[in-house]
Amino acid sequence: MLAYTARRIALLVPLLVGIAVLVFLLMHLIPGDPARVLLGDDATKEAVDRLRASLGLDRPLPVQLWLYFQRLAAFDLGRSIFQSQSVASLILARLPATLEIAFMALLISALLGIALGVAAAVKQGSPVDVFCMMFAQAGVSMPVFWLGILLMYVFAVELHWLPAIGRGEPLPSAIGAAFSGRPEVLLKSLSHLVMPALALGLSNAAVISRLVRAAMLEMLSSDFVRTARAKGMGEGVVVFRHALRNALLPVVTVIGWQCGVLLSGSVLTEGIFGWPGLGQLAVNAIAQRDIPLVQGVILTFAFVFALVNLTVDLLYSAIDPRVRLG
Amino acid sequence: MRRALRNPQLVAGGTVVLLILLVAVFHPFLAPYGVEQMDMANRLSGPSAKHWLGTDNFGRDLWTRLAHGAAISMSIAMASVLIAGTFGTVIGLISGYAGGWLDLTLSRLVDLFLAFPPLILALALIAVLGPGPVNVTIALAAAFWTQYARVVRAITLAERERDYVLAAEAVGASLPRILGRHILPNAAGPILVLATLGVGTAIVTESGLSFLGLGVQPPTPTWGWTLSYGLRFLRSDPWMSTLAGLTIMLTVLGFNLLGDGLRDHLDPRGVVRGIRKNPVS
Repeated sequence: MLAYTARRIALLVPLLVGIAVLVFLLMHLIPGDPARVLLGDDATKEAVDRLRASLGLDRPLPVQLWLYFQRLAAFDLGRSIFQSQSVASLILARLPATLEIAFMALLISALLGIALGVAAAVKQGSPVDVFCMMFAQAGVSMPVFWLGILLMYVFAVELHWLPAIGRGEPLPSAIGAAFSGRPEVLLKSLSHLVMPALALGLSNAAVISRLVRAAMLEMLSSDFVRTARAKGMGEGVVVFRHALRNALLPVVTVIGWQCGVLLSGSVLTEGIFGWPGLGQLAVNAIAQRDIPLVQGVILTFAFVFALVNLTVDLLYSAIDPRVRLG
Repeated sequence: MRRALRNPQLVAGGTVVLLILLVAVFHPFLAPYGVEQMDMANRLSGPSAKHWLGTDNFGRDLWTRLAHGAAISMSIAMASVLIAGTFGTVIGLISGYAGGWLDLTLSRLVDLFLAFPPLILALALIAVLGPGPVNVTIALAAAFWTQYARVVRAITLAERERDYVLAAEAVGASLPRILGRHILPNAAGPILVLATLGVGTAIVTESGLSFLGLGVQPPTPTWGWTLSYGLRFLRSDPWMSTLAGLTIMLTVLGFNLLGDGLRDHLDPRGVVRGIRKNPVS
């Protein structure tokens, strides 16, 4: 296990370097003079020259790449063009909000997806199965931004059950407050969190439910389930202890990929719910063509995605020894 | 064919896709008004005999604009799938057949692109290239070509050792002929399934970009933009956003059903299932 872990972590390094190089090259695809494009046609020549020098664009490409790596090694992502702050501090201020929403969405999608998938498989061919699979097909086809708007319209605008926009206290400190006798802080945080997380998580729940159903059907017709039943075990034990535990293996593998979807989705939903996360920062940076900021945000998304995938792979190999031994 | 007609997913999905395609192609003849034609007396009106799906805030006919939007969404989605599919297939064929360092290099390239969530990669390209229909198409193709490369490489790896390929090599068939005439037909089914599902994904992603204001720019009436602009009038007139949202959802549903149905027929071994795990957004 240790050797496998070490090998996987070692493989992460070239991937991260590759990601950084690709992002660097992408940003140099800007047609024409990037400094001129960024400042617009009205800018004076002096201003354009100054920006070009401050972005290091007046140097040869390999030198720029080298300097870029030097700065990356020191966690220096440069300065935003339009906000007088360092890119790293802008990102760090917003990353927790996005991770919070992604985590909640993952939780919702896993719980809901597994429940629906098991129900559909156990009652294969029944109305329950048909309903679950129709939900899954609709969920997969539903654009997250459209789902977010529907939720907001029903639960915030019409019913006034939940706040439409904004974020409460960050979840970790809200949980802390709840333990120190102020549960209303946690409730407020959760009331802000539930709609964006649901909007993000529902389509993933649909994907997971289809996967769990397929895996459960396979497991329920397998020899070890027949043996368990033959031994006279209760159906609940057979379904949950024997079949589900094995059926969950393929689910773990897609969770890493799902996190990528959730990160993407945060770009689409954060604006709707006024959620102060990385997604909104990315959209604004792209609209303003704040290239250093765009570069930083894209790098952060890819790095987080790579780390999540690594974690999931390691987790998977811990659960299923065949992976690292095979 | 008869077996296909008994598959409800295939029939339902195929019908929806066919209808949307017909609207996209024939929208100039189907739409009763001009895209920019205003009817200020009937602004933000719900569906009526005069305006089948109602009007927007400038009194422009929504049916006309959504039908025009179908043409835009479909062209961008299909063009991006065509580019991504062709590029990915060629890379997959070369990678799987050549093996060795070339396979290793190309596979690492695929891994590198897979390290980015697709929408994020598309956004990065939009940030650099700027919005607009051509750039959106390029961005979508760049975000999704890896799926085809992986599927085709896996199939090529398996087929390359088969007797018929060895026989073709023995009689001196050229490389393009071996790849194109002998190996590629084996991948055609899975590629078609991926491409069908891919059009749905591309439509939802394109709409997402337009929704964010980073896709095709107004005054072009994209579905995503209509949806997002309609939010301003959601309380007084929910039709604008609702209809645009429903249109996107139905279209994607159609392509997903068609793709799932095709998969049952064309990819019984489940090559696609293992690799394509998820829609984007």
